[in-house]
Amino acid sequence: MSRRDAVLARPDRSTPPARTRRTGRVPVALLLPAALGLLFLVLPLAGLLVRTPWSTLPQRLTEPGVLTALRLSVQAATLATLLCLVLGVPLAWMLARVDFPGRRVVRALVTVPLVLPPVVGGVALLLVFGRQGILGGWLDSTLGVTLPFTTTGVVLAEAFVAMPFLVVAVEGALRGADVRYEEAAATLGAGRWTTFTHITLPLVAPGIAAGAVLCWARALGEFGATITFAGNFPGRTQTMPLAVYLALETDLEAAIVLSLVLLTVSVVILASLRDRWLSSR
Amino acid sequence: MTARRLALFTVITVVALVGCGSDQSTDPLSGSGASTVTGDVTVFAAASLTESFTRIGADFEAANPGVRVVFSFAGSSALATQINQGAPADVFASASPANMTTVTDAGNGDRSPTVFVRNQLVIAVPDGNPDEVTGLADLNQPDVKVALCAEQVPCGAAAGKALAAAGVTLTPVTLERDVRAALSKVRLGEVDAALVYRTDVRAADDDVDGIEFPESAEAINDYPIVVLKHAPNRPAAQAFVDHVLSGPGQAVLTAAGFQAP
Repeated sequence: MSRRDAVLARPDRSTPPARTRRTGRVPVALLLPAALGLLFLVLPLAGLLVRTPWSTLPQRLTEPGVLTALRLSVQAATLATLLCLVLGVPLAWMLARVDFPGRRVVRALVTVPLVLPPVVGGVALLLVFGRQGILGGWLDSTLGVTLPFTTTGVVLAEAFVAMPFLVVAVEGALRGADVRYEEAAATLGAGRWTTFTHITLPLVAPGIAAGAVLCWARALGEFGATITFAGNFPGRTQTMPLAVYLALETDLEAAIVLSLVLLTVSVVILASLRDRWLSSR
Repeated sequence: MTARRLALFTVITVVALVGCGSDQSTDPLSGSGASTVTGDVTVFAAASLTESFTRIGADFEAANPGVRVVFSFAGSSALATQINQGAPADVFASASPANMTTVTDAGNGDRSPTVFVRNQLVIAVPDGNPDEVTGLADLNQPDVKVALCAEQVPCGAAAGKALAAAGVTLTPVTLERDVRAALSKVRLGEVDAALVYRTDVRAADDDVDGIEFPESAEAINDYPIVVLKHAPNRPAAQAFVDHVLSGPGQAVLTAAGFQAP
């Protein structure tokens, strides 16, 4: 029993390697572009804050449309992330642990939505899950289920765009994890499923959490695939990014307020999740 | 023999170089026609003008060698926002006076805009009209899926007026960002009907039918056009607007289904 415990113990973490080396001064050739890069990323956000109509902010925030869109966004992004976890973690495990023919091709296919313009993704989803699509037509005629223009459609569009983030993150975590723990479990008679649930999952939990956060953030900001596949209707498919886009059509201040809300929600949730899940160990 | 070849080569090179340069500069060779305008002219035009303005642009370029017309087609309100945010456009052609007012009120119009065409709503249905839609009242049925434009864009505002005039309330499945997005939902077969402009149906003749309805007379859209105050190429911008208002320009627009103002 003690031997098993010893095998399964985590590697010694008492002496982590020093991450930052402080020898010598920082070269200007690196410092300057780094500072410019930071400025480039932060300045637009600062611009948003500068142009925010602070005096009318409270009443704009309590407009019913804002809360409806925000609630829908958070719900849809969360459901999409759950869907991605259920489908994406096993997919990542297959890519990392099972040696099957065509694995490279599968990996490439998984990452296609990463580089695909989201609007193209939306059109592709329509052609498959739309009312006249390959699968959607069948769903419509046999089950009476239509996906476009529904909240389910929003979840599907967001999951399509966001799942690669999760798969890539989890596969990376799996590849980085020490396989010897799983091998040890196997030699002690654990099947692949038991090994997966008892060894692999706890081992890569931080990686899964990181992937899920990325996935959620990407889903929350999704615009192109959503408006193309799920359309735009307040309370049903109009998420925050869509509301921002349409507010921009007539009312710049309203668009700024909505953007600020989206920005705040993303930053707060990302920050809290990072604290709780990622840097606790 | 070699001297001749060299001469020929030189001539070809010079011609090629001159050809390349005529795009940008005031080249005496290319300005041999009646007109003297040159350079790029950037036209921000409503999505519903896509086909007709592309035609007019080609005609204008043919009549004015040395001019290149660059189009940006989008929802009028998005274009108005872009112009007010400093987009380098020469001409703005809006699908509604309201969006034009946004631009002129911000002091970005050169002079008062001119209405150059009018457009009317029709009900776009899939080719053959499978649901046998004859008027707005037919759209108010649970099994008929309808796409409208969002009220923030002109076609959505017009649809609201027409529906109010008809006394019909309907719940669309989606409020699209511009008229072409609404039309494409019909073309893809995802909705059974959409309220779009007559010109949009004309442009998608093979896939959709247009059903005229009397209440659309209550929601006729005026299309104003203006040269912008900060137009980088004002002479060409004015020439383009003149061309749109001219006989040949109006003929293209009428053929596309627009009505004369």
